[in-house]
Amino acid sequence: MGSQYSFDHPDPHNAFITICHEAEYGEGPLSGIPVAVKDNISTAGIETTCGSNILKGYIPPYDAHVITLLRSAGAAIVGKTNMDEFGMGTTTETSAFGPTLNPADTTRAPGGSSGGSAAAVASGMVHMALGTDTGGSIRCPASFCGIVGLKPTYGRVSRYGLIAYANSMEQIGPLAGNVRDCALLYSVIAGHDPRDGTSLDLPAPAPLKPEIAGKRIGVPAEFFGEGVDPTVASVVQSGIDRLEGLGAEIISCSMPSMQYALAAYYVTSMSEASSNLGRYDGVRFGMAPDFVRLWHDAYSHIRKTGFGEEVRRRILLGSFALSAGYKGKYYAKAQAARQMVRNDFARLFETVDMLAGPTMPCVALPLGETSNPLSMYLADILTVPANLAGVPALSVPCGTAHTLPVGLQLIGKHGAEDEILSAALAFEEGSA
Amino acid sequence: MVSKEDVAHIATIADIGVDESELELFTSQFNTILDYFDVLDSVPVGGDAAPLRSNVFRNDEVVPSLPHDDVLMNATDPEDGFIRAPRVI
Amino acid sequence: MTVIIGLEIHCQLNTKTKLFCGCSTDYRDDGPNTHVCPICLGLPGTLPVTNKQAVLYALKVAKALHCEVPAFSEFARKNYFYPDLPKAFQITQYDKPLAVGGYIEIEAESGGEKRVQLTRIHMEEDPGRLVHKGSGDRGRYTLVDYNRSGVPLIEIVTEPELSSPKEARRFLNKLRATLEYLGIYDPEREGSLRVDANISIKGYERVEVKNITSYKGVEKALTFEITRQKGMIRRNAPIVRETRHYQEARGVTTSARSKEEEHDYRYFPEPDLAPLEVSSWVPEIVLPELPDARRDRFMQQYGISQNHARTLTGDLKLAEFFEEVASDMPEIAAPWTADILLGELNYRDMPVTKVPVPHYIALLLEVKKGSVTDTSAVEILRLILNQVIEEEKPEMPGEIIVRLGLSKEGGDSIVDTVASVLKEHEAAVADHRAGKAGAINFLVGQVMKATRGRADPKEIAKIITDLLKD
Repeated sequence: MGSQYSFDHPDPHNAFITICHEAEYGEGPLSGIPVAVKDNISTAGIETTCGSNILKGYIPPYDAHVITLLRSAGAAIVGKTNMDEFGMGTTTETSAFGPTLNPADTTRAPGGSSGGSAAAVASGMVHMALGTDTGGSIRCPASFCGIVGLKPTYGRVSRYGLIAYANSMEQIGPLAGNVRDCALLYSVIAGHDPRDGTSLDLPAPAPLKPEIAGKRIGVPAEFFGEGVDPTVASVVQSGIDRLEGLGAEIISCSMPSMQYALAAYYVTSMSEASSNLGRYDGVRFGMAPDFVRLWHDAYSHIRKTGFGEEVRRRILLGSFALSAGYKGKYYAKAQAARQMVRNDFARLFETVDMLAGPTMPCVALPLGETSNPLSMYLADILTVPANLAGVPALSVPCGTAHTLPVGLQLIGKHGAEDEILSAALAFEEGSA
Repeated sequence: MVSKEDVAHIATIADIGVDESELELFTSQFNTILDYFDVLDSVPVGGDAAPLRSNVFRNDEVVPSLPHDDVLMNATDPEDGFIRAPRVI
Repeated sequence: MTVIIGLEIHCQLNTKTKLFCGCSTDYRDDGPNTHVCPICLGLPGTLPVTNKQAVLYALKVAKALHCEVPAFSEFARKNYFYPDLPKAFQITQYDKPLAVGGYIEIEAESGGEKRVQLTRIHMEEDPGRLVHKGSGDRGRYTLVDYNRSGVPLIEIVTEPELSSPKEARRFLNKLRATLEYLGIYDPEREGSLRVDANISIKGYERVEVKNITSYKGVEKALTFEITRQKGMIRRNAPIVRETRHYQEARGVTTSARSKEEEHDYRYFPEPDLAPLEVSSWVPEIVLPELPDARRDRFMQQYGISQNHARTLTGDLKLAEFFEEVASDMPEIAAPWTADILLGELNYRDMPVTKVPVPHYIALLLEVKKGSVTDTSAVEILRLILNQVIEEEKPEMPGEIIVRLGLSKEGGDSIVDTVASVLKEHEAAVADHRAGKAGAINFLVGQVMKATRGRADPKEIAKIITDLLKD
């Protein structure tokens, strides 16, 4: 231990909330490699804000499990990246620290919520970064910034130290400029952690090799449904044609539960978030409350001033979805729908090895194009099914539409990260 | 349809301050979003899904607690080792 | 007016560590916030992992109380805001509790056994502890100690089947004894058993009384609340469905403000914890001898009365003490321990474990030999207990008898004393001869006085009768 990495880059895209100019690193597979970490991952001694005013000044007294793993792999943690506040957004514009610019086109948003991590990689500031993906928050910015991003199987990477947005769906995962770096970072963070009761004990990731020939790849018709930009659709379709050219067998299929997926995702994530975010009352950490007020008043006030509008909207909607008289209509139905999504995947994976389609229905959006909340939510339609079912999914660049990057999404079987990474590597090398 | 009163009630339960001026906006946005969620009405209610896993435990073994200074590090104006909170009476 | 009472009892389990983190639960002698970690402080990013021992303890209780353990149970979040609750939700169990049904048998008000049905037993975490400081609206504030945050609790809920404060007390005594026999809780620990009660008069609304922090306060709290409700009914005042707080110091219940009652807990399954499938563990659990079984054994083995056996087995330490001292004189040890020693201990608020066993056995032997009167023996017992309290080395009963000259007067000397007393109180003797009841008691009392209690009253009465026959 003890080597210092000097990280002294300008940050023209506002990718970072905190930069560690001098980062210590050690020996290991990531020795001396600068790694950026999304600011919702707890780092001992380094301010961790989740992109929120309510956590400004919060210095965690403990490291997330992935941080411990990064450090023991020799990585230099060079900073904490910008994000939508508490992960709630698809553009990184809900951050209290200002928007991040998309390095592919600085008039556009990088996607979200791990937009800072994606921009840090896409701009070349770092080779790899950690993001988190609750409903597409790694894959969306990877797609929009033209890099690779992987959401692992639920339970594959410890969530200990990941500041919760929606516990039952989120995972920490890697973003990198290419599949090999993505797989390298993944191999460091994957593994069992007894401190996370949902952590899985699976064999270590296998060495990566390009492999796609003979794979059966399902393409659900719903992945090219209403709302998908036709140009994006055709770029992705030609990507799928290339997969076929590399020896994969393409199988048309259907996923009827897609009609419920987005609603099931939002009801579940908002419900969980409304509970997870109750602890931000200023008492033990973060912004100080007004101690003279009665507690309900003090809390209401600090949670009004400390949280941004989107976070408050989701807490309120989530509280509503769980409230007496509405829980059956919203939360309970969302769980039933979620089971339908799981069942659909299970059925499809009986006959195919993986699914393919667009990561996002569109390309990166212009900054400041504030549309209504629902239209922002609708952009997640293709990424949320993997989170609902807990299966691994990645986004790999597959061309451009309107001169902007387009991502191809590969969704694998439970625990089959190696398989989709190998396919993505074959695709990347074959299409290079 | 939710009313402004419904939103105000939820804000009380969730301890989230909402201004009168925001109430209108939140109410109309909620109605748009909740309309979309109505798609779930047609989901058939099934039995409980089988749990993916169960019985994850740790042994009853003491792990060192946080150093006291670290406990108070992020709190405002601790007093005699206690953490300060708004009044309740 | 029929009284209907249901109880909810919270019991802290005496595991080494908290329910969801590895912090020690043994913080009694330590300062505030010294037994906390990121998990029980609810710091962002932390996750709970369930303590297996806590589940085993809860199952032990479930088995002892004849509950059914469903194949599947789960933890849920109960969401509300209060400064003692660091995560703004309590991890508890909601619609899938660890155990359902079950019962406890108590002595009924009308005599005989009464079976009180249980609704459920579930597990949850204890919140932290608040200290209120300052005064005046602008000066008040709250301080929080999270040492207790995350200590494992079980909540035992009864059906509304208790019909009086006395029955409630009997129920709680039985429950407390059972929990103690199971070795899953520490009765010495303050607040280790806490009670909420639902009370109604048949045909009227139900009132929940919270904050009964000592199980001893339950009978008082219930009596107050029942009297209050009956008074309301007599005055034709409406009884509203509400939550009231018991004010231990004043012995009254007061209405909680309506704002505090405005709860919508928004329960949902805790996504960070896997469900429990532990019903198959239950047959493997070995239970110790429980109070009822021990009571029956005491009656059989020692030939003592049911009342004595029930009293002696009502507290684990007392039962163990009795078995140590009973040996070959249970007929003396049972009434002495259940009727006399227990009263003296309660009067002194002294645990039975402090009683010096050799001294107590020696005392019982003196009683058995008949070398001291009961009155003197009680005096000796009090002396020994007081010496223990004063942290002096207690004297052996034999030494005390010699030192204070308490050896029982008997034979000729007592006959002489009786004779002289009879001579002094001719009027009473005449009354006795005239068949006036009560005269003999007066005469016995005078003899006791003359012997300073060192004579046996029964023996005196016999001597008096004999002497006056002539």
